[in-house]
Amino acid sequence: MANIPYRPDEQVPPAEVPDVHPPHPHTWIGRWVFSQDAKYIAIQYSATAIAIGLVALVLSWLVRLQLGFPDVFSFSAEAYYQFITMHGMIMVIYLLTAIFLGGFGNYLIPLMVGARDMVFPFVNMLSYWVYLLAVLVLVASFFVPGGPTGAGWTLYPPQAILSGTPGGQDAGIILMLLSLILFIIGFTMGGLNYVVTVLQARTRGMTLMRMPLTVWGIFTATVMALLAFPALFVACVMMLFDRLLSTSFFMPTLVEMGEQLSYGGGSPIVFQHLFWFFGHPEVYIVALPAFGIVSDLISVHARKNVFGYRMMVWAIVIIGALSFIVWAHHMYVSGMHPYFGFFFATTTLIIAVPTAIKVYNWLLTLWRGDIHLTLPMLFALSFVVTFVNGGLTGLFLGNVVVDVPLSDTMFVVAHFHMVMGVAPLMVIFGAIYHWYPLMTGRMLNEAMGQIHFWVTFIGTYAIFFPMHYVGLVGVPRRYPEIGDPAFITTPVDGLNAFISIAAFIVGAAQILFLFNIAWSARNGRDAGGNPWRAASLEWQTPQTPPRHGNWADELPVVYRWAYDYSVPGAPEDFIAQDDPWVQQTAPT
Amino acid sequence: MVVVIALVVVVVGSILFHLLSPWWWTPIASNWEYIDATLVITFWITGFVLTAVILFMAYCVWRFRHEPGRVAAFEPENRRLEIWLTVVTGLGVAAMLAPGLVVWKQFVTVPDDATEVEVFAQQWSWSFRLPGEDGRLGTSDAALVGPDNPLGISPFDRFGQDDIIIESDDLYLPIGKPVKMVLRSVDVLHNFYVPEFRAKMDMVPGMVTYFWFTPTRIGEFEVLCAELCGVGHGHMRGYVQIQEETEYQAWLQEQRTFAELWEERRVRTASSDPEQ
Repeated sequence: MANIPYRPDEQVPPAEVPDVHPPHPHTWIGRWVFSQDAKYIAIQYSATAIAIGLVALVLSWLVRLQLGFPDVFSFSAEAYYQFITMHGMIMVIYLLTAIFLGGFGNYLIPLMVGARDMVFPFVNMLSYWVYLLAVLVLVASFFVPGGPTGAGWTLYPPQAILSGTPGGQDAGIILMLLSLILFIIGFTMGGLNYVVTVLQARTRGMTLMRMPLTVWGIFTATVMALLAFPALFVACVMMLFDRLLSTSFFMPTLVEMGEQLSYGGGSPIVFQHLFWFFGHPEVYIVALPAFGIVSDLISVHARKNVFGYRMMVWAIVIIGALSFIVWAHHMYVSGMHPYFGFFFATTTLIIAVPTAIKVYNWLLTLWRGDIHLTLPMLFALSFVVTFVNGGLTGLFLGNVVVDVPLSDTMFVVAHFHMVMGVAPLMVIFGAIYHWYPLMTGRMLNEAMGQIHFWVTFIGTYAIFFPMHYVGLVGVPRRYPEIGDPAFITTPVDGLNAFISIAAFIVGAAQILFLFNIAWSARNGRDAGGNPWRAASLEWQTPQTPPRHGNWADELPVVYRWAYDYSVPGAPEDFIAQDDPWVQQTAPT
Repeated sequence: MVVVIALVVVVVGSILFHLLSPWWWTPIASNWEYIDATLVITFWITGFVLTAVILFMAYCVWRFRHEPGRVAAFEPENRRLEIWLTVVTGLGVAAMLAPGLVVWKQFVTVPDDATEVEVFAQQWSWSFRLPGEDGRLGTSDAALVGPDNPLGISPFDRFGQDDIIIESDDLYLPIGKPVKMVLRSVDVLHNFYVPEFRAKMDMVPGMVTYFWFTPTRIGEFEVLCAELCGVGHGHMRGYVQIQEETEYQAWLQEQRTFAELWEERRVRTASSDPEQ
C-alpha cells in the first residue's frame, strides 16, 4: 500500500530528471545583492516585508491614538482615512502575502522537497526586485502632493478616484494601483516557481503525499494566488483607465458636489465582484500556509505525527477550491441581487466543515503527545485560540441575515483582525522561532521570546475580543470619531482607550522581537544541525545554514513521510525522512 | 502550567466579559427580532465551541506536557473518529444556516402593502422622497440633477409631479406600517444604516437598491452612513422620526411636492437670469 503516507518503503523510484547543480555566483554582487539562491531571496523578501510592516505598525498606532483618545489626538479625517487604508493594504498584501509565499515559500519549498533550488532561479530573483519596486512605489505615495490614497483598503470606486477622497484626484490612488499591478507581476514570477518546483523538482521518493503540510499549504495557496490575483490585476488596470483616461468601467453617470461628471454607463458593483473574487481567496492565500506551518510546528514540538495527514491535505485542497465560490459574502449588503445571499451563505458555511476538521486534527495531534512548550509551540497554541475565535465569528458574518446588522461595523474589523491578522502573525512568529536556527545556525533568545509571546498573545486578545462588542453596540467602522449618538446606551470611550493602550504595548513587543532577531544572529546560542530533532528534510542538510545548492553531491532520497515521531521500536523519537530505517518485525 | 492557566483565563474571561459587560446592542425598533434571535443562537453555539476547543486544548497541554520518560502515542489516522467529527460539525453548521436562510427569505421578500420611501444620498447629506397621492414614485436619473432639480426627478413623468421632496436630514415615518426603503445615490457608495432597525443596505450610483422593515417603536433614530464615502463619511448623519399616524400626517401636510418646488425654482432661476 504505497499510497499510505506513513508506511516507509524500501523501493525508491529512479530519478526522472537528472540532478542539476545551480551555477555558483563569482561576484560579490551576484552573491549578496542580485542573488539567485532561493534561501537568500527568501531573506530579502522577509526583510522587505517586515520593514514595510513596521510602517503599517506605526500607522495602526496612529489609528488607535485617534480612536482611543479623540479629544487629545485629533487627526484630520483625510489623515485618518490614509492611515487605515495604508495599514490595511500593507498588512494584507505587502506583509502577509509576501512573507508567507515569498519568504517561507522560497526558503522552505526547495529544502522540504529535496531540491537544490527553485527551478527558475533567475525569474525568482526578478520576482523579488519587482516586489521591492512595488513597495517603493507604495512608499512614494506617502510623499506625493495629497498623500497616499484614503479610499479604504478595498479601494471601492467611485469614491476611490473622486475628489472627496484623499488621493482620489491626486497621485495617491494612481501610485496605489501601479504598486498593486507591480506586486502581482512580481508575485506571478515567484508563484510559477513555487508551483513548478513542487510539481517537478521533488527528490526521489518524495511523493506528493509525503510532503510536509507546510509545502502543501504554500503550494495550494500559490495555485490559488495565481488564479485570484489576475482578477485584482484587471480591476486595477480598469480603475487606472477610469482615473486617467476617463473610461467608465466602474463609473455610472455621476454628480459630484452638484457638478455633472463625464462618466456614464459603468458599474461600481462589478469592481466589488472582481475585488472579492481576488479578496476572498486572498484570505486563504494567507491562511493555508499558516495552516500548513502550524501543523508542522505542533507535530514537531508534540513529538507526534500530524493526526489524519491525508484528511489534512484534502482539507487544504477543498478549502482552496471552495474559497473561489464564497466571495460575495463580503457583499451581502452591497446592493447585489438579494438571492445571491442564499447561495453564498450556504457555500460560506460549508467551508466551515473542512476548516473545523483542521482544528480537530491539531487538537488530536496534541492528544497523547509529548508536548514541549517551546516558543514555536506556544505560538502554535495561541494561533489555535485566535483562529478558532476568529473563525467562529465568521459564522456570524457568513450567515447572511446575521451579517446585515453587523456588516460595516467594528465587529467586522475585530473578526478579520483576529482571523487573518493576528492568527497568521502568530504562525509567522512561531515559524521564525522554529526555523531561525536553520537560517542562522543560532537560537533566538528565549527570555526575550517569552516576553514577546506573552505580551503578544494576551495583548492581541485584549485588543480584538472587546472590539467585537464595540461593533455589536452599533459603532460603524471607518469613523474617526463616533461622538455620542443615542443608540449607544453605554459609552464605548473607555473601552476604546483600553484597546488603544493594549495596541501600543503589543506594538512595542514587536520591536523587542525584531531586536531579538538582530541580536541573536551574533549572540544566540549555537543551534547545531537539528535543534528540534525534526524529521522533515530541511533539517537534514549537510551544513547549517544550508549552502547554495542545499545538498551534498547526491540529492537525498526519501523513504517515509515527514511525521515519523515516536514510532514504536525506533531507536530515537524521530526518524528523518531520508532515513531508510524499517522495522524488521511487524508491530502487533 | 502558566499556559494552561492562561488558556483557562482566556475562556473564562471571554464568557464573563460577554455576560457581565454592559456593551450590548441597542434595543430594537423594527420587526427584525428574528435577526436578533438568530444572532443569539449563533452566540450560544459558537460560545460553546470556543469553550470546548480551548478547554480541551488546555487539558491536553496539562495532561501531556513533556516530562522525563513520556513517549507520545503513534496514531496516524482514525477513520471512524474523523468521519464522526465531520458529520457532527456538518449538523451544527446546518443548524445555524437553516434558520438564517429562512429569515433571509423574509428579509428579501417585500410585503405587498409596503409603502415606498426613497432615500437619496450624496456627499455628505441625506434627502428623501415620498410618493404622493398616486402612491407611485416618478422616474429619476442622475443626469437630470441640477440646481433646480437636486434629486434628478424627471419633470416629464406624471407620476413624479406629486412626489413629496424632503430636502433635510429628517425623515418621518408612521409606526406599524411596512416601508420599502428605495435607496439611490448620485456620487459614491453610501449605506443607509439605523442601528435600531438592524437592517442596512448600500446605496450604489447607477442603480436602485432596497430593503424593507416595519417600525415598531416611537422615537427619534439616528441615521449613519455605513459605507466609506470620502472625508465627510463620519459626519453623514440624519434622523428618522417614527410617529403615530396622526402626527405623521400633520408633518406630511407641511411638505412640498416636486411640482411645487420645480415651478418655484424655475421662476427664481428665470428671474435671476438677466442679472447674470
